[in-house]
Amino acid sequence: MPRAGPGDGPARVPPRPPGAKEWVDVGTGEYLLPVPDAPLILARGLVKRFGDFVAVDGIDVEVRPGESFGFLGPNGAGKSSTMRMIGCVSPPSGGTLQVLGMDPATDGPRIRARLGVVPQRDSLDEELTVEENLWVYGRYFGLPRHVVRERARSLLEFAQLTDRADSVVEPLSGGMKRRLTIARGLVNDPEILLLDEPTTGLDPQARHVLWDRLFRLKREGVTLVLTTHYMDEAEQLCDRLVVMDHGRIVAEGSPRELIDRYSTREVLELRFDTDDHSRYLADVDGVAERVEVLADRLLLYVRDGESAHGEIVRRGLEPMSSLWRRSTLEDVFLHLTGRSLVD
Amino acid sequence: MATTTTATAAGTAPAAVPGWRVVAEHWLRKYRRVWFGSAISSFLAPLLYLAGMGFGLGMLVDRSSGGVGGVPYVAFIAPGVLAATAMQVGVGETSFSVIGGIKWDRMYHAMLATPLGPGDVVAGQLAFVAFRVLTSCTVFLVVAALLGTVRSPWALAALAVATLCGLACAACSYAFSARLDNDRGLTLMFRFVITPMMLFAGTFFPIEQLPGWLQPVAWVTPLWHAVDACRALVLGTATPGPVLGHVAYVAAWLVAGWWLAVRTLRRRMVV
Repeated sequence: MPRAGPGDGPARVPPRPPGAKEWVDVGTGEYLLPVPDAPLILARGLVKRFGDFVAVDGIDVEVRPGESFGFLGPNGAGKSSTMRMIGCVSPPSGGTLQVLGMDPATDGPRIRARLGVVPQRDSLDEELTVEENLWVYGRYFGLPRHVVRERARSLLEFAQLTDRADSVVEPLSGGMKRRLTIARGLVNDPEILLLDEPTTGLDPQARHVLWDRLFRLKREGVTLVLTTHYMDEAEQLCDRLVVMDHGRIVAEGSPRELIDRYSTREVLELRFDTDDHSRYLADVDGVAERVEVLADRLLLYVRDGESAHGEIVRRGLEPMSSLWRRSTLEDVFLHLTGRSLVD
Repeated sequence: MATTTTATAAGTAPAAVPGWRVVAEHWLRKYRRVWFGSAISSFLAPLLYLAGMGFGLGMLVDRSSGGVGGVPYVAFIAPGVLAATAMQVGVGETSFSVIGGIKWDRMYHAMLATPLGPGDVVAGQLAFVAFRVLTSCTVFLVVAALLGTVRSPWALAALAVATLCGLACAACSYAFSARLDNDRGLTLMFRFVITPMMLFAGTFFPIEQLPGWLQPVAWVTPLWHAVDACRALVLGTATPGPVLGHVAYVAAWLVAGWWLAVRTLRRRMVV
């Protein structure tokens, strides 16, 4: 599948970009890519209502082939509802949605045939073996038995579960089950892999193993769409993301762009011996471009953390602890919504 | 992926294998792990009824009144137990597992993320139920025949009627279970619907013994119709009219239950 970032038009000549047709625009003499810009997912004003509750409140989303796209937001932001609509298991309440150029309302089964889904909560058959789970799931896509068996073997290798192929799923660790769920989601060789909170509930080591696998898929050109409330996950995996809050998109861009746009380069964190950090606001006045007051610390948004810290010392302030670090998406989220991502 | 080449072709033709068949395959694969214990219990329970009620209680019945309607008591209840077993097995396969598919192991969520729809999910599970009911009833009927309670080759048709009854009850149980949030409702269903039906729908005594006002209740149940048809077929007293009437009635329960099951599952899952 051709890789093309957003906004890539016809490529410049020469050389011919990989995947491009040998067709040339007669006007400009440029090679034409085979519609790489046609979005795989296109949502306009997408709405999901449950009774009076509006879970998704008119969002616009475009995901292009080969992209790794993320929905970042706290619990209840509408990420999972959005994913379920894209996965064609939940009909939209309003707006338009196109997946793989088709309408989920009329072409649900045909779209789902070309999607891979890793749901937030595992839905493996715990009574069957690891390999059997891949077999039965592959059959759901109408794949012939011999194809399913072959594919299961290579997917088990990918998921690093080959030596567990014949064990029953139930006693496996959370990380292994998650990897099996991802392998299962790949059994139909999907054009888009939807991952809803892929590493929630896993220990740090299992998360890193999982990220490594997802990163490999990304390098192979699989289009990944994921939701997460972990900013480090979004930074690791997403080329582009939208920040969601209360069912709306509050910002969109690459992790780097978002940090540049909504935060400073560095952050100085100060912890004082107090129950109310806002008492220190006057003391740090003028040190930072912006200050956030959290329950247990002050965040000073500055260009240079070290010199800001020098200024704090010069003013005779004595925080219990202080550290300076780079800005993250967590800071972006805090700035945009006034709240933390994980609470 | 290393396996890219054949995928898209298969992906564009999701209907190559009928959906209900792959769902049934999954249930059969699960069943393979537990078949022995399950087969033993689905067969042992009716056999115990036959031994305890048929021969134990039957001795008293036969001694005091010479059987029921001219046949020994054990021969009277064997076809009834056949139909009731079909119901028990059918409902047993579409109660806890349905809530499980929605809430516990969430198997239905996995199925519905693929090209399969709620109709495939229900049809596949009912196909598996048909297999379970038919095999359990066949084993029971063979034993009943060896004990000399089968008096007509039409007993083979009774097997079909019993399976139809098992499916009808299973479909209704599916529709009911798919609405539940936990298994408390199932306890009520077994206690206040399944067990009374088993006891009072003509399985162990003719419904004419019931108080007059209760008889219409027995007529409404699909089980009584299956019991009556099975009894006539197994004892060789069947006449086409009543048997076909019974079959049509039970089939109507199956159609209604099936339709409700699909509708309930869709409303529960596609939200």
